[in-house]
Amino acid sequence: MAASAEVLSQAFTLGYTYTRSTGPIVGQFLTSLRNRKMVGIKASDGKVLMPPVEFDPVSAAALTEFVDLPDSGVVKTWCWVSHPRKAHPSDKPFAWAMIQLDGADTPMLHWVDAGEEVAMSTGMRVKVRWAEETKGLMGDVNGFVPDAMALLGDLKPNDATDTITGMEAPIYLTYNFTAGKATAQYLHSIKKGQLVGQRCPNCRNVYIPPRGSCAACGVPTVEEVVLGNKATVESFTIVYIPIPGNPIKPPYVIANLVLDGANLSFLHLLSECKNEDVRIGMRVEAVWKPEEEWGYAMENIRYFKPIDEPDMAFSEIGKLIDEGK
Amino acid sequence: MAQLAAVVGVGQTKYKTKRKDVSIAGLVREAAIAALEDADLTWDDIDAVILGKAPDMFEGIIMPELYLTDALGCNGKPMLRVHTAGSVGGSTAIVAASYVQSGVFKRILTVSFEKQSESNAMWALSNPQPFSPHLNAGAGGYFAPIIREYMRRSDAPYDAGIKVAVKDRLHGARNPLAHLQLPNITMKEVEDSPMLWEPLRFLEACPSSDGACAMIIANEDLATKSPRKPAWIRGTAMRSEPTMYAGREQVNPQAGIDCAKDVYAQAGIHNPRKDLDCAEVYVPFSWYEPMWLENLGFADVGKGWELTMNNATSLIEGGDIPWNCSGGVLSSNPIGASGMIRFAEAAQQVRGEAHGHQVEGAKTALGHAYGGGAQFFSMWVVSADKP
Repeated sequence: MAASAEVLSQAFTLGYTYTRSTGPIVGQFLTSLRNRKMVGIKASDGKVLMPPVEFDPVSAAALTEFVDLPDSGVVKTWCWVSHPRKAHPSDKPFAWAMIQLDGADTPMLHWVDAGEEVAMSTGMRVKVRWAEETKGLMGDVNGFVPDAMALLGDLKPNDATDTITGMEAPIYLTYNFTAGKATAQYLHSIKKGQLVGQRCPNCRNVYIPPRGSCAACGVPTVEEVVLGNKATVESFTIVYIPIPGNPIKPPYVIANLVLDGANLSFLHLLSECKNEDVRIGMRVEAVWKPEEEWGYAMENIRYFKPIDEPDMAFSEIGKLIDEGK
Repeated sequence: MAQLAAVVGVGQTKYKTKRKDVSIAGLVREAAIAALEDADLTWDDIDAVILGKAPDMFEGIIMPELYLTDALGCNGKPMLRVHTAGSVGGSTAIVAASYVQSGVFKRILTVSFEKQSESNAMWALSNPQPFSPHLNAGAGGYFAPIIREYMRRSDAPYDAGIKVAVKDRLHGARNPLAHLQLPNITMKEVEDSPMLWEPLRFLEACPSSDGACAMIIANEDLATKSPRKPAWIRGTAMRSEPTMYAGREQVNPQAGIDCAKDVYAQAGIHNPRKDLDCAEVYVPFSWYEPMWLENLGFADVGKGWELTMNNATSLIEGGDIPWNCSGGVLSSNPIGASGMIRFAEAAQQVRGEAHGHQVEGAKTALGHAYGGGAQFFSMWVVSADKP
């Protein structure tokens, strides 16, 4: 097909609202930050680890002895960021640095607001610039600054007295998904209102949506097969749980449907019938959205609806090899 | 020729909805320490650590094995992470066992975990996909149509799943570590529980749990010297198949049939119902008991439900082949650990360490896990007697 050369790409964001249980050690560290205090922890060999960790990296012993530390120290190494990105802690050029607090034996990663690169040097002394409001997160340290810099911020006290045990940690991954050749051809067809699958040259089974290969035979699939709108219910479930961000109201029927001439089912909605009338073997057909709403998506089909045809024999569902006329 | 290996220590956390008091490291650590104590060992006695967990997307911690090296005493030791979706706890144990059987390591700590309270496993399992309608609704939504097809083919009574849901919870009530403690659960209560993915009801589905499971696997020499009874590993097998291809048998997957045949041949099992004393089988949705009874050769195809309905799989009713005496996945489901719990509980049975849910005199037991779209299988047979 002519469309096969066209690349289809879509911006896509996948995100989850994770939470974290901090455990007692990290929880105490965050609680201290909220009070604008630095604490490290004493390792099995007597060294002070900063930030504190739950288990000794050498002996594996559980660590419990916190050590109060000052909020100043020395830059052990650093790198300059001349063009900060959106996710960075500062929108002005800054330094990532490994900073060893006085009294600690390990350096911690943070950032230094030094103004310009020439102000940075290994061995320079820095101090914490506390955030004006603290939340019990690493961001309570609003970067480090050179020791000599005067800090004028209005530090609001945090009156919370509880020990922090958890935090929110949502993560969103935004990326471009580029459809492969077989998927792109399929999506270009569905944009034109056509369902086009691919036939395996070996087992002769037809796949829709096609994936460019047959997982059973391990061979590429090339031959295209134009399929119709009719399908058979291979199985189904009636779902009573809403899908986040999806307007479908439960209970709704999600069916595994095998298009006539195809040999593997896909999922789609079944509608225009009573849920309790849906059965394995039931004959259905696609209900398309109006043409002007068609895009590169299976959503061009709003749902499938039952048709007045006798049920398909169970033994034949998905099993018929249709070589066409 | 593979060398002998045995489970010499088992450690499990209590399974709960939320373990807000510990970090993931703290959770994993509890199971590891309990396994070391059970085997009367310290960190210095461990040659390597093999860790398993389900997809990183569950908790959103990428490569958790890096973060867990301190908690698991891995400094200066080999550490590996295994991943085969829901079956990972089983395949992790098999990777650990294989390293001992091959003679590469003498004694291994193997651990698996999940902290579902930090995540949303249902939607992490069915995330929206580019260019696709978002119609998949969790593992239950995926498996419900397969269960429906099983019900149609086998003509099983409608309440076979309800029976499993009750049986496994009554078993779980005998296991203080089980997440769900429902000693008074009834068939009616299960039947009246809300429908989630018809034909699956709320009480026919597994809970979401936090928890970790650990085992120490040792070679013949060290196992013989171990203070408590070892569970000798008689056979291990893994099989996989693609999720979707034309003609794939989803109700009774070929990979499961082949995996069972392989592990039985290694262990000298000719008739699993007779030759095994009990089994811990991955049943996250009630109907998977009759389905796996058939897949694993405990019953003829189409007849698995008869064993369920006749109480053959019930410890409490004195069935001849109790399944999931620990309460199973239906009572506790920290996903990444669930497979290893099956393997560990099989070991505890033949070690005589299963306490309230012990099958009296159990000598030989099956541990089973499956994952993905019922496409990854891992199984082992353990025995009280050294082969």
